[in-house]
Amino acid sequence: MNDTNSMKLIENHKTTGEPFSKDVKISARNVDVFYGEKQAIYDASLDIGKNEVIALIGPSGCGKSTFLRTLNRMNDTIDICRVKGDILLDNENIYGAHVDTVPLRARVGMVFQKPNPFPKSIYDNVAYGPRIHGLAQSRVELDEIVEKSLKRAGLWNEVKDRLHAPGTGLSGGQQQRLCIARTIAVDPEVILMDEPCSALDPIATAKIEELIDELREKYTIAIVTHSMQQAARVSQRTAYFHLGQLVEVNPTEKVFTKPEHKLTEAYITGRFG
Amino acid sequence: MTKPTANTMTNNFEKNSGLTTRDKVEKSLARRRAKETRFRLYGMASVLFGVLCLIALFTDIASKGTAAFKQTSLTTSITLDGDYLNLTKDSTVDEIRFANFDGLIKRHFAKEMKPKSRSDKRELFKLLSSGAGWQIQEMLIADPTLVNSSITFELLMDDDVDQWFKHDRQLSTAETNDRLSDKQLNWLSQWIEQDRLDTHFNTLFFTNGDSREPELAGIHGAIKGTLLTLMVTLILSFPIGIAAAIYLEEFAPRNKLTEIVEININNLAAVPSIIFGLLGMAIFINIFGVSRSTPLLGGLVLTLMTLPTIIISARAAIKSVPPSIREAAYGLGASKNQVVFHHVLPLAMPGMLTGTIIGMAQALGETAPLLMIGMVAFVVDVPGFINDPSTVLPVQIFLWSDSPERAFLERTSGAILVLLSFLIVMNTTAVILRRRLERRW
Ligand SMILES: Nc1ncnc2c1ncn2[C@@H]1O[C@H](COP(=O)(O)OP(=O)(O)OP(=O)(O)O)[C@@H](O)[C@H]1O
Ligand SMILES: [Mg+2]
Repeated sequence: MNDTNSMKLIENHKTTGEPFSKDVKISARNVDVFYGEKQAIYDASLDIGKNEVIALIGPSGCGKSTFLRTLNRMNDTIDICRVKGDILLDNENIYGAHVDTVPLRARVGMVFQKPNPFPKSIYDNVAYGPRIHGLAQSRVELDEIVEKSLKRAGLWNEVKDRLHAPGTGLSGGQQQRLCIARTIAVDPEVILMDEPCSALDPIATAKIEELIDELREKYTIAIVTHSMQQAARVSQRTAYFHLGQLVEVNPTEKVFTKPEHKLTEAYITGRFG
Repeated sequence: MTKPTANTMTNNFEKNSGLTTRDKVEKSLARRRAKETRFRLYGMASVLFGVLCLIALFTDIASKGTAAFKQTSLTTSITLDGDYLNLTKDSTVDEIRFANFDGLIKRHFAKEMKPKSRSDKRELFKLLSSGAGWQIQEMLIADPTLVNSSITFELLMDDDVDQWFKHDRQLSTAETNDRLSDKQLNWLSQWIEQDRLDTHFNTLFFTNGDSREPELAGIHGAIKGTLLTLMVTLILSFPIGIAAAIYLEEFAPRNKLTEIVEININNLAAVPSIIFGLLGMAIFINIFGVSRSTPLLGGLVLTLMTLPTIIISARAAIKSVPPSIREAAYGLGASKNQVVFHHVLPLAMPGMLTGTIIGMAQALGETAPLLMIGMVAFVVDVPGFINDPSTVLPVQIFLWSDSPERAFLERTSGAILVLLSFLIVMNTTAVILRRRLERRW
């Protein structure tokens, strides 16, 4: 299937499947994203439920990262990027006139594709968020937060003896778990993950997938991934993007067994992407 | 013709020339190696050329300049006759300043060497530095109880004697006596035989300000002036430069205005420094009434000159901070200020400091703009603070290099050596600071 063909299939497209859910944490309505003149997301509407893991999949360049980054307004850091439409977090529009991105990003944390620990010690990496948000009243409390976060991220046993060694000295997989620990140290409600395992080996990947599954009890998670298996393993719902359109949203099982849309089917059976 | 794929390429080669791809690679390998070797040779040749030039420069300056660190003097025992000087052990500093030390010294040497005529006397006294009286005066000010006692000290010789003793002693009289007469040479050889004439480390060169007499001229005033000027420059240009760079890089909106500002900062870095001198004259002297020849004014002018350098290097340092670090901080909910001051600034600091030190090193060697604002004046007193008239090392070098006396030329090289060591110290500090602060990420 080529681009001209697929273009025809998604012209004036309305998302198929079940983009809306009942127990909503984040709901996006009619979201358009532009980079300068170029439109990267076309009229996407999607609900993300409480305590669910939603996987965003699709061919490279289709706008997964762009959509994910609208959810905590990380796109604000890109000068040319403009967002239209509404995104509600607990029924409050995060693109509202007087919304401050600082508390927003404390509520909606993010883990990036490439592990990006600060060039500081492991301890300071995890403690940074709690420090700037004033989450700990004392040194002891801060120590507790750091320990708890590292434990949740499954890194505690590996680093407990060298908390003051530089975070950049860890292996790639350890660094990514450090970044996850850093994110959950702020105690967010939603965690956004942009291909968190793309730089990792299968063992480190498995560890992080396990972690995602555990984190679901407490957090709402949106994860971008290129691995169909990963999406199938960790997510309850899956959203398929194509050329900036949100093509299909359905329970993960359904997407991978009986996809509704032709493009989704073509993608998961490996005919492009 | 379309590009052949790797497979057909091999086939074509084998058909056409009977050579396999391997053979072709082997053949091209020799060519590539030769190219590499040639390039390495070019590189080595240019490095060698640079090093040789540097060595030539340094040996030339050092061979001329090190002599300036030695000064010829005559070991002299003299009685500080209280009656003649009109001084007692309880005399005040002012009384000491007005005492006739020159007369005392002349009387002493007239007695010792017994010159026959008035003109002989004059020739004898010409051998001694006109600063000799001042030497005794300083000693007495430090310790007034020396009155009426006999002291032995190193009496400064005139610069002609100094030059002859250091450089021309071995030459025959015919070659040298354009500055010293036969009689004078006779007295000098007497002193040499008595083992009284010798060279000593030239402390005065480092403790005195400028003087018309080479043997009394020193670089203390110029060094102090340089340090004060650089202090003003650093205090102004570092915070202003860093703040401007941070604002332009992190906070300024991207529009026509900031673009124009950016372009003009780059242009300013290329403006000849003398223009900054003119600008400083027009603005700081004529409008703000800052007094001329002062380190304050010099520092202001040099600030104008170094700011573009600092801003450009600071911006480059900020730009080189990996975007992933910013994203990480923003993602945790850090505010713009926190991102800049907790993450960007510490990572950019080594680059900013390097740029600043390079800018300061430029300012250290700058002469032209300072000539425009009157720092070229002849200043004897060592400046106490930034509003005292003073000169700076490069201008002092410029002034001395213009003097006809041989001893001043020697001091020119000496001062250059001092200036160069300042530069080396600054650049080494830059490298060490960089190493210290640089962190991997
Ligand atoms: N900073 C940017 N400036 C301009 N265009 C951008 C920018 N970031 C992304 N785009 C464009 O927006 C579109 C969507 O990009 P996005 O990064 O969201 O894709 P993606 O689905 O995450 O792809 P990948 O799987 O390769 O990460 C692409 O066409 C890309 O060229
Ligand atoms: Mg992406």
